[in-house]
Amino acid sequence: MNLLDLQNVTLRFGGLVAVDNVSFSVKQGEVFSLVGPNGAGKSTIFNMISRFYDPAEGDILFQGQSILKKASHDIPHLGIARTFQNIELFEQASVLQNLLVGRQRHRRSNVLEEILFLPKVRKQEHHHRLAVEHVIDFLDLQPYRDKFISGLPYGIRKVVEMGRALAIGPKLLLLDEPASGLSTEETQDVAFWIEDIKKVMGITVLMVEHDMHLVNSVSDRVLALADGKILTIGTPSEVQNHPDVIKAYIGSDEEDALT
Amino acid sequence: MRIIFKTSYDADIRYFRNRVPALWYLALLLMSIALPFIINEFWLGEFTLMLIWAIAGMGLMLLVGHSGQASLGHAAFMAVGAYSNVILQEYGLPFILSLPLAGFFAGLAGVLVAMPTTKLHGIYMAIATIAIGVLAEDLIVILAPWTGGVSGKFAPSIEIFGINFDRYGNVSGLYWLILGITCLIVLGYKNILRSPLGRSFMAIRDSEISAQAMGVNIARTRTISFALSCAITGISGALMGHFSLVFTNETFNIVISIYLLLMIVIGGLGFIQGAFIGAAIVTFLPSVISFSRDAFFSNSAIIPGIESGLFGAILIFVILFEPMGLYGRWLKIRSYFELFPFYRRDMFRRQKSYLKTERMR
Repeated sequence: MNLLDLQNVTLRFGGLVAVDNVSFSVKQGEVFSLVGPNGAGKSTIFNMISRFYDPAEGDILFQGQSILKKASHDIPHLGIARTFQNIELFEQASVLQNLLVGRQRHRRSNVLEEILFLPKVRKQEHHHRLAVEHVIDFLDLQPYRDKFISGLPYGIRKVVEMGRALAIGPKLLLLDEPASGLSTEETQDVAFWIEDIKKVMGITVLMVEHDMHLVNSVSDRVLALADGKILTIGTPSEVQNHPDVIKAYIGSDEEDALT
Repeated sequence: MRIIFKTSYDADIRYFRNRVPALWYLALLLMSIALPFIINEFWLGEFTLMLIWAIAGMGLMLLVGHSGQASLGHAAFMAVGAYSNVILQEYGLPFILSLPLAGFFAGLAGVLVAMPTTKLHGIYMAIATIAIGVLAEDLIVILAPWTGGVSGKFAPSIEIFGINFDRYGNVSGLYWLILGITCLIVLGYKNILRSPLGRSFMAIRDSEISAQAMGVNIARTRTISFALSCAITGISGALMGHFSLVFTNETFNIVISIYLLLMIVIGGLGFIQGAFIGAAIVTFLPSVISFSRDAFFSNSAIIPGIESGLFGAILIFVILFEPMGLYGRWLKIRSYFELFPFYRRDMFRRQKSYLKTERMR
């Protein structure tokens, strides 16, 4: 069954067509990667799924239902979590608090109950904490639990960002360049985690990534984009050897002949 | 050096980290309760005023320090609290009902103001709220049939279960009453901070874009924070009305709003304790000035504007040398001793921050 469907989606910024008639679907339980040169429209597609942008044409379906009528804060409640390319954490708060914000989807108490901190709220807090502790265990964040984000190095922030998305307990996880700025070793960790997210947690992953080693090692299918248009969809090796993809990245023979 | 061992999730939910701060705060509470037996009525009145300022400060702290919105018109909500409390009392409602209702009306006024202004950010929000503050003064005059206009209102006496809590009749009674109300508000505030609501405030303060991606409804959360903030400020306004006995359209002017903001910045943004420290400075600075003037200058000449001047100087020094406020400075001193000899000078310094996602929309 298709978890996510994009049907003929087009988005224009003024005269610029950022995403041009793009259709693809993500199947339940796969890792699907978007690759392409800068400005190809990868992050724009993410921002449309997060409902930060409205597509001019086409439809986006999640589990068969259109999400275009939903507000962006309703998207996590459907079970779609995301990370940001340039880390958007809550800086003046601890790692634990950041992860707990991800549990907003599972909040079952109202404002008055929380001001009085009724036993129900305390019980709920214990549940949230347990769920967050699982994420902390999974990502080895134990040493940083009570540290403030503003004092953490870049690599750890990147992991916390992924943890916060996992704390939502999503069906679909959107990772926007999870390995950008990370060392080789840290990138390997990310690869293992993505494997486990797929196999152990059963979460479908849609990923934007430039690191082709990471894309090759974890992706089931890859979609190559350039200038807002789909070049090809297929397995990692198919996509990498596709003539249009090679042309988009390093230019073609004819162009070389001109220079 | 002190190491805290946590053995259950409740260790992070409790009001205090461990027994030591709990005992200190218990000692502080006992001291506060015993205060009327220690000092004279003049100083007791000053302490009562400090508690009222602290409540107003907590109201603004919730908005500025914890949900990252600016307001330069909070005196208007103090006015809403003060007037609705007295008007309700004049209709015969007992104080025990009129006070929470005054808070409720101030909160309602807050919602009305928040709905058009929640889309604004930073300086624009500050400008809009200044307008509210200026407007409130005129509205009080226009609504003279209810508010008494320029001649003002006289606060009736407070009576709860037959006990009278008058400003001059029962100074210690009024002090204890306000101390009790302050404690209740602190508890409620702490509960907000440790529950999902407090975390959603923190989320919209630090990054609206990712708060949305985490499922926080921005408009709703900002409105709730505005409403709660105004409700607390309204309660302090109602108490201020009783404390000053007479109030007019000029009592809750724009200067009060600015003092409130300075108070929480000097005390330390984002800390409940900061509101109390700021309140203490606002309350006791005038007395300290007048006493030291009497001590140093025999002619006792009144220097105009010295109060605002000193207040401004303190503010500039705090912003330059201690952006975390006086409570932040205390935290640094405390961690120096707790971690001795491992404290590092740049422990509280922020890591170099990386570029943020370009703001969408």
